[in-house]
Amino acid sequence: MANHKGVLVCGEIADGKLAPITIELLGVGRKLADELTEELCILLMGGKTGGLDKEAIAYGADQVYVAEDSLLDGYNSDAYTQVTANLCQEVLPSIMLLGHTDVGCDLAPRLNARLGGGLAMDCMGLSIDPATKVLVSTRPIFGGNAYATVLSKLARPQMATLRQKTVPPAERNDARQGQVIPVENKIDPSGLKVKVIDRIKEEVEGVKLEDAEVVVAGGRGIGSAQNFEMIRELARVLGGSVGATRPPCDEGWTPVMVQIGQSGKVVSPKLYIAVALSGAMSHIVGCLGSKVIVAINKDPEANIFSVAHLGIVADFKEVLPALTSKFKELLPTQK
Amino acid sequence: MHTIVCIKQVLDPEIPPAKFKIDPEGKKVIPPPGVPPVISVFDERAVEAACRLKDKHKGKITVISMGPGKVADVIKHAIAMGADDGFVLQDPAFENLDSFGTAYVLGKAIQKIGGYDLVLCGRYSADWNNGQVGSILAEILGISVVTSACDIEAVDKKLRVKRILKDGYEVLEAPMPSLITVSGEIGLPRLPAGMRLMIASKKQIPVWKAQDIGAEPSALDKANAHLEVTGLSVPARKTECEFVTGNTPGEAADNLALKLVKLM
Repeated sequence: MANHKGVLVCGEIADGKLAPITIELLGVGRKLADELTEELCILLMGGKTGGLDKEAIAYGADQVYVAEDSLLDGYNSDAYTQVTANLCQEVLPSIMLLGHTDVGCDLAPRLNARLGGGLAMDCMGLSIDPATKVLVSTRPIFGGNAYATVLSKLARPQMATLRQKTVPPAERNDARQGQVIPVENKIDPSGLKVKVIDRIKEEVEGVKLEDAEVVVAGGRGIGSAQNFEMIRELARVLGGSVGATRPPCDEGWTPVMVQIGQSGKVVSPKLYIAVALSGAMSHIVGCLGSKVIVAINKDPEANIFSVAHLGIVADFKEVLPALTSKFKELLPTQK
Repeated sequence: MHTIVCIKQVLDPEIPPAKFKIDPEGKKVIPPPGVPPVISVFDERAVEAACRLKDKHKGKITVISMGPGKVADVIKHAIAMGADDGFVLQDPAFENLDSFGTAYVLGKAIQKIGGYDLVLCGRYSADWNNGQVGSILAEILGISVVTSACDIEAVDKKLRVKRILKDGYEVLEAPMPSLITVSGEIGLPRLPAGMRLMIASKKQIPVWKAQDIGAEPSALDKANAHLEVTGLSVPARKTECEFVTGNTPGEAADNLALKLVKLM
């Protein structure tokens, strides 16, 4: 355990750039490394990682491990696990950070299973205990009803996946110096048991949910696919995106990709309009970062009103058409 | 085809937040009286996935659940859905284990059952939301793992799995046996009904203790835990909600729109 040193970030590349979560991880990783007076490293994997090593240094990495292989072009669980586990066994990081993303949620537990470390998933806060120098992670549990702080006394590496947008991104400084180290270990093809056959992108109409400035979300109370049209219409008029709690997705009123909450997406728009949804904690954790939350619900006791800034107690069927047409009138430039 | 499904009994996640209480000292959640625990959401979907495979390919489903109290209830629920057999893993030594400890116990039980083609778990539990047991269990069993499946098919002794992604899905091919964790997108679980409920209520569910599955005490020693909980708290959040009114709901809507336009 005394041999384990430094912070290693497992980087993600999206559309040829460092993914936003990776820049956030470099920001928090830099802080943790500085507190320990240790180094911050990052691993970049891909078919080609051209130029991103310099970017990672500008964002705070002291060392960049680069693993380039055609087998790493796109996420392959077996290949990524193998490369990352091998590097960890060589570099022996004290702390290993991943994003709580499609990649991180799959890779982190597999890595940890292999390395025997201590892993905290979906963290919203990471710090170093001043006395013991161990990593203290804070994570929501029970769908956000409670927060737990967890740590590993003995197991190394101390691992965490960080929820997106919970820390500010690292600041870029192109004058920073760092070292680029190619990862030489070849991938053992016999360890690649699960084949990636295809990857399908599903496009959702309109603005991407995570980027939308306005989100209109419907819950169980909407009652039917037909009624869900009212949600879509309001979102369209506001130039926003449609969201939903779990029941409308389960019932097929709307694609599952728009589910917001603990088991869906986390959004933080300027305006979040919650319609006919009770506000179970498992949903609310996905929208608490919104600047203004508006609730429309016929039950004045609904929990959503305890987190909303503005509310109307009424049947949404009587509110939404009027609200939509008033916005049409007030926002003439939007279609 | 023999599928083993690992399920967990949890506090009903749909309870209103006001009923949610914790014991910060004991770092435990206090179950509200009168609210029966339920099968964890994604675990129920894992049972559903197993049932769909059985509908198509015949075979057998075995369900295991580790936990204190009446975990036999969730096994009976799974049997009522379509599972054939179930085992409860219960021992004071199994309580408050971390993900490694839990996976170790499940692994021992699965090795004892043997002869499986597929192991299913939920993507993560509705209580501690760790999402690690499946991957550790696969490593212990020495089999492949696919996480967050939204569809599973068995084709020519192989598993064709759709894995849900943020903006779509990927199609993977895994060997048999593999471990697959199931996500909510697989679809609604079937409702137990009729004869199945009868069968489930009469089913004997054996209870296995540590020695029944050959679990080593050292592997269950909390001093060897990989991760420990040092604090538990309930976030204080209370926003003052301003209620927008009008003579009719439509008028309230107009007033709301006027307020919001100023903020945009």
